[in-house]
Amino acid sequence: MLDHFQRRKITDIVARWACLGMVFLALVPLASVLYDLTLKGLGGFSWAFFTQLPKPVGETGGGMANAFMGSAILVGLGCAFGIPVGVLGGVYLAEFGNNRFGKIVRFAADVMSGVPSITVGIFVYTMVVLTMHRFSALAGGIALAILMLPTVMRTTEELLRLVPDSLREAGLALGIPKWRVILGVVLRTGAPGIATGIMLAVARAAGETAPLLFTAFGSRFLSLKLDQPMGSLPVQIYTYAVSPYEDWHQQAWAAALALVLLVLVLNVLARVMTRQPGQGR
Amino acid sequence: MNALSSTLAMPRLDLHDSASLLVSDQEAQSPARASQSAKMATENLSAWFGKNKILKEISLPIREKRVTALIGPSGCGKSTYIRCLNRLHEVIPGARMEGRVLLDGQDVYTRAMDPVALRRRVGMVFQRPNPFPTLSIRDNVLAGWKLAGMRPERPDDLVERSLRQAALWDEVKDVLNRSGTSLSGGQQQRLCIARALALEPEVLLMDEPCSALDPIATAKVEELIHQLGEKYTIVIVTHSMQQAARVSHYTAFLYLGDLVECNTTDALFTRPADRRTEDYITGRFG
Ligand SMILES: Nc1ncnc2c1ncn2[C@@H]1O[C@H](COP(=O)(O)OP(=O)(O)O)[C@@H](O)[C@H]1O
Ligand SMILES: [Mg+2]
Repeated sequence: MLDHFQRRKITDIVARWACLGMVFLALVPLASVLYDLTLKGLGGFSWAFFTQLPKPVGETGGGMANAFMGSAILVGLGCAFGIPVGVLGGVYLAEFGNNRFGKIVRFAADVMSGVPSITVGIFVYTMVVLTMHRFSALAGGIALAILMLPTVMRTTEELLRLVPDSLREAGLALGIPKWRVILGVVLRTGAPGIATGIMLAVARAAGETAPLLFTAFGSRFLSLKLDQPMGSLPVQIYTYAVSPYEDWHQQAWAAALALVLLVLVLNVLARVMTRQPGQGR
Repeated sequence: MNALSSTLAMPRLDLHDSASLLVSDQEAQSPARASQSAKMATENLSAWFGKNKILKEISLPIREKRVTALIGPSGCGKSTYIRCLNRLHEVIPGARMEGRVLLDGQDVYTRAMDPVALRRRVGMVFQRPNPFPTLSIRDNVLAGWKLAGMRPERPDDLVERSLRQAALWDEVKDVLNRSGTSLSGGQQQRLCIARALALEPEVLLMDEPCSALDPIATAKVEELIHQLGEKYTIVIVTHSMQQAARVSHYTAFLYLGDLVECNTTDALFTRPADRRTEDYITGRFG
């Protein structure tokens, strides 16, 4: 017969191994995705892959320079629209949002962050694409901005709330106007954390396919025109993956690997930034 | 423990005798007459947090180029009182006040007085040192200028002068670019004093400036207050009667939101007029 103590010890061991097992189970998809991607994608990495445009259908070779450039522009547009609105919205919520309106906005942002990205795509399609009568990079940028907005806004708010009130009072007591205290003291103190939130939002936006399908659409040419369709990594991966050509499949794998590496780098950057010293937390 | 005798034994008290005796006890007790030489004064100042009335009709003169100490048990409204003087009370949601606060005879709660401008004339040092963590020591000293979008004429001179006045220059002159929060607690508090002095305020409010400091740092800051008292009008909140006796010329005793007594520090500690003051300074409650 086991005594109380031994029973407890066994329970402890079983529970611990169960947790560990589940962790490994959770890691299996991640590890196998990375393994598979590297195996199949790395072979496609070449100078031409990153610098050349797609060859006409049927010819082999060529690269995805249009998609790399397009993704950079689309994400850049998303940031240009999403970051100012998100950060200032977060400032509003943290500094002035202790009222009903603030509560409503906070709730709306939380709901928005749960909206499927394809819904955002269709929304921008009806609002922008149908009005402009064409797919455009602009519409893609707006869709990405909408996706980034709730994350940026809520992280900004959370981080500004962590800034102690004593710093706000120190600023006010020095005769600094409130808006300058918010910009010069509060935002600045929270900046490293906010930058982390932005990085994570960018990483997510960079990998989105659905909102771009209906908005930026895709293009096989290197285009810098914001009112024209534009290629992007996720959309091109999708197009190539469903195509019948072996060469395109290879390129899709390579592009997928490149995208995952990009997201990985953004995430690592975000982590490194939170570790920066002198941040007062 | 007899607090009265220990207060009396404080050697620094003698230093103030000559200064405080220049004004007779009589004059100090009569706010009406005293307000002529007062840099600041409050008249029937009451303050609330929501429905709680924290300060009850406080009338108190604050003498120019003198150190006025506010003593009283914690929670009696000392912080609230000095935060009314630079209009920092009103930034707390639900907080309000009534009555008058005068600076050079002018009501600071009129529309003509911009709280931002007022706070540049009436500086404040808080209980916990609160240097800006993202700014260097040098920029912390200049924060009142730079963050307000202004540039002092000779910033380097101003930094040195302010840090010297705060008795911190020798300790930090070689590390001015280090973060303000890299300093020790006592140094941070003196940095905050330097930051307030860099605006060349007319009045300096100090809310228990030593309560987060160790005894050595406390001694340094007290020495500093004592020196600054010759140039600036200072209001210092303290719950240490010894500290009040060491650094101040005048002392006001607050109890449960009432101003019980105000007098020269010397007189208040040796001849308290009110029973409650006597009980407090002899340590019978509080
Ligand atoms: N932000 C606040 N909100 C509500 N009540 C407060 C707040 N700050 C202080 N009080 C109350 O006001 C009273 C006086 O506080 P305070 O002026 O800080 O006292 P002291 O500085 O003398 O210790 C206390 O009873 C305290 O509970
Ligand atoms: Mg206090």
